[in-house]
Amino acid sequence: MTHDALDRRQAVATLLRDPGDLLVVAGLGAPNWDATAAGDRPLNFCLWGAMGGAAMIGLGLALAQPARRVLVLTGDGEMLMGLGALATIAVQAPPNLAVAVLDNGRYGETGSQHSHTAHGVDLAAVARGCGWRAVCTVTQAAELEGLRARLRQEPLFAVVRIAPEEAPRVMPPRDGALLHHRFRAALLGSEN
Amino acid sequence: MAGAWQDEVFETLRRAAIRQIAYVPDAGHARLIERAHADPDMRAVVLTTEEEGVALAAGAWLGGQRAALLMQSSGVGNCVNMLSLPMSCRMPLLMLVTMRGEWGEFNPWQVPMGNATPGVLERTGVLVRRVERAEDAAETVAGAATLAFDSTVPVAVLLSQRLIGAKVWVR
Repeated sequence: MTHDALDRRQAVATLLRDPGDLLVVAGLGAPNWDATAAGDRPLNFCLWGAMGGAAMIGLGLALAQPARRVLVLTGDGEMLMGLGALATIAVQAPPNLAVAVLDNGRYGETGSQHSHTAHGVDLAAVARGCGWRAVCTVTQAAELEGLRARLRQEPLFAVVRIAPEEAPRVMPPRDGALLHHRFRAALLGSEN
Repeated sequence: MAGAWQDEVFETLRRAAIRQIAYVPDAGHARLIERAHADPDMRAVVLTTEEEGVALAAGAWLGGQRAALLMQSSGVGNCVNMLSLPMSCRMPLLMLVTMRGEWGEFNPWQVPMGNATPGVLERTGVLVRRVERAEDAAETVAGAATLAFDSTVPVAVLLSQRLIGAKVWVR
């Protein structure tokens, strides 16, 4: 599989520009750093672990907050570890949840070993097979503005093909309790 | 009366304001699963593997809702690394675990994880409570729910195989 050279940092900066009250769950590793580089904020829940869990955290959040938009931003390796979530989410079909997978075909945090997507596994096809109706694969910078809008309007599963180059780490707080409490305080108020 | 304590446990979950019930099916949870699907105030979420439910419960909590996670003891092993999520983030988690492999078990493949279940949960930091008698079930779940959501800790209630009734193996 060949990858077009979408820059991950620029792509995520576009997708998360002016987030408003968007609820964001970012998977561990580079998607976490990308989301944080786009702007650390209380309504970003950025994971430092729980690999394979990002999309399911998004589902629980979307079901709990049906009036809010939820975006899960994660990597191909993280999504591959929790593929079953694509089936579980499709069964629930929450209208307010979108998942965007930054797919570079690499396990970037561990030495850039090839992931399954580098060997031809197509996450978009997996999502379709699970019953997701809105699925797309984005390879061009010119498509990112349109994707940004769709991710905030539709129950969309998107694969964003990015270049394998790593970007400098921009890290949020790593205390999970802090991330949890600031998220809930921003969403629910300080009494909760 | 068959199923009476399961209905009491369901009412306990309702009173504890549980709004999402995630499960990998087990015969011992069948009544709860049926009640959850029938209840308009509940969202029943069928999982492909139990660790999905740990992450779902974390997301529900972030969004201001309470979840409960139903599984059998074999599923506890599938949750282990995901339990670092509620532990690291100091979040609540309420798990109801039907025990296999501990009493009248016909399937030897259920024995290793059944035997390891309380130890695995305790080693990952989950508080473990156990129900042996039907008359204790609802009260134990109520206490576990308060402990989980008001003290914001992960709690598992183990429902013993003798309570559930050993699965009858028909050749």
